[in-house]
Amino acid sequence: MQTLHFSYRAASRLPGKRAQALVGVVASNDLEVLLQRTPKATDCVVTVSTAVHGYDAVWKAVLADFVERRAPGGLRISINDGGARPDVVALRLAQGVRLMGDDA
Amino acid sequence: MRRLSWFELSARNRIAALLDARSFEEFIGPEEVVTSPHLLQFDLPVAFDDGIVVGRGRLDGKLVLVAAQEGRFMGGSIGEVHGAKLVGILRAARALAAAGRTQACLLLLDTGGVRLQEANAGETAAAEAVRAVLDARTAGASVVALLGGRAGCFGGGSLIAACCSHIVMSEHARLGVSGPEVIETYKGAEEFDSQDRALAWRTLGGMTRRLLGSADALVDDTAAAFRQAAIAQLQRPRPLEMARLQAEHARLRERIRRFGDCRDGAEIVRRVLEPAAVYGLDNWSAQDTERLIAKLPESAHDAR
Amino acid sequence: MTHAEIAVGLFGKTHKVSVDADGIVRGTGSLRSGREVNIVGIANAQPLGIEAALAIAQETLDIMRRGPGTAILVLVDSGSQLMSRREELLGLNEALGHLIKVLRAAASSGHPTVGLLYGSSTGGALIATGLATSWLAALPRAQPSVMQLQAMARVVKLSLDKLERLAADTPVFAPGIANFASMGAIHAVWDADSDLGIQLEQVLATRVNGDDERARLGAERGGRTKAATIIDRIVGEAQRG
Repeated sequence: MQTLHFSYRAASRLPGKRAQALVGVVASNDLEVLLQRTPKATDCVVTVSTAVHGYDAVWKAVLADFVERRAPGGLRISINDGGARPDVVALRLAQGVRLMGDDA
Repeated sequence: MRRLSWFELSARNRIAALLDARSFEEFIGPEEVVTSPHLLQFDLPVAFDDGIVVGRGRLDGKLVLVAAQEGRFMGGSIGEVHGAKLVGILRAARALAAAGRTQACLLLLDTGGVRLQEANAGETAAAEAVRAVLDARTAGASVVALLGGRAGCFGGGSLIAACCSHIVMSEHARLGVSGPEVIETYKGAEEFDSQDRALAWRTLGGMTRRLLGSADALVDDTAAAFRQAAIAQLQRPRPLEMARLQAEHARLRERIRRFGDCRDGAEIVRRVLEPAAVYGLDNWSAQDTERLIAKLPESAHDAR
Repeated sequence: MTHAEIAVGLFGKTHKVSVDADGIVRGTGSLRSGREVNIVGIANAQPLGIEAALAIAQETLDIMRRGPGTAILVLVDSGSQLMSRREELLGLNEALGHLIKVLRAAASSGHPTVGLLYGSSTGGALIATGLATSWLAALPRAQPSVMQLQAMARVVKLSLDKLERLAADTPVFAPGIANFASMGAIHAVWDADSDLGIQLEQVLATRVNGDDERARLGAERGGRTKAATIIDRIVGEAQRG
């Protein structure tokens, strides 16, 4: 298993009422994403736990793209990866952010 | 959400759809990151909640305790942490029932059985869970098994279900101790062809279970149907007592006497239902079945 | 040890314990103190099917009918659950569940219910027999398991060699009494060369039918470091608020 850490600067704090959200499941071609709010509004910290080595650059690219599109500021994102393809990763991140915007 | 397919919903969303809106409070949720300490040595990823969601909420206004297994994480299998959460909520049900604060624990089982990577811990937890189900019932709680997920309900999970006071199955549900693949591995495809999905459902599925009286209700694959069935089942409590145990013994003996020579679920259907009704069985809904079989002695019993 | 040797070891030669053609163990014996013990169980590494489960349950129900408070010893040398299409079709899970319920009813109604694992016992059969008693002893040659390592290796897709190496460092998955004792599932391993009757008397002198202490035992022995704490936390949280 490998743990990857990424830190980003987001344009703004992610709006929404929810304190946390969980999307996805640890299964084949899927992943679990836990989103939690942090005090610093423009930070986005991501931790990825994965058994698949050698894809650091891919994670970096997907996450960088996500941060730019969604401005997920003030969030800590924890991921348990079941071996998901980049498009599934992007999907779950987007779902997570949407859920955070829902009513609590 | 209640019209959604139960089969497709995640464990957490099944609970949300089953209980009264926004009434659910989770214990040891994913944000606590209480995960399995045994998977790292197998280079396997953990799940934040170890594949089970437990907590309390309301069903039709009444306080209930709930556990829901996530069948898509390692087949909903029971490991140390997963098993402890299940045992914990059942022991909580006993405590709250003894205090007169709850009358029900709902078990949304979706499990292939014990998690092999943690086999001994899972096996022990399954035994503890069975004991805890019986203790909760003794204290006055109904324990209702709701089955309809992709992992089925096998191994230790099937013994937990068997000790519940009520069992609800959807058309997708399968309930048995050894799954078809296991039987084929040990006894060969002649004994059980694990590729034959229709055979699996005829043997282990909701219809056969309902006809034999191994399940109390057969429902459509929607959260609304499960909710309705859970509420209905809870209206007929089954306290654990000697008379009921003796009735169950007699019921199981009678089943062997009547169907002991059956080789296939289709034979059971033929013996139980009117010959004319067998035709067009493919088009029957769960409701059709319920209406017909509610009058039959095998299925309309209270001996569990 | 065979079931016959165990019966003699417990009760001397005047025991009335027998095994029928289906491997079902029945009988009674007297310990040196004069205390009567009822015996039920399964022998000959017999896989546990519906008929056997109902037979053991029947025997236990008969014991309960005969009078309250007598000790029940469950002797276990089973295979796994009986693996057949017919057993599954006819609801094997219910028969095993029924057996567990009967054993627990005996315990709840005041019969000290002790298990003695002396042979093998696997999977569903183990849960329905040894693990359904209030206190489980094992003899040194007993073989509890969930699955043999060879079969497990195929399912988890690792080499047997790798699995065996992992098993050297953790009690959590491989077969064996030491591992199950570490989990808290087996309370004690008896000495096969010492008086079995005395070892049983010692257990019966304690409060056998209490609450399920196995998680606590597993924590004390280090085999399950998280389970007991999680259970206690949930019970506590559910009772608050």
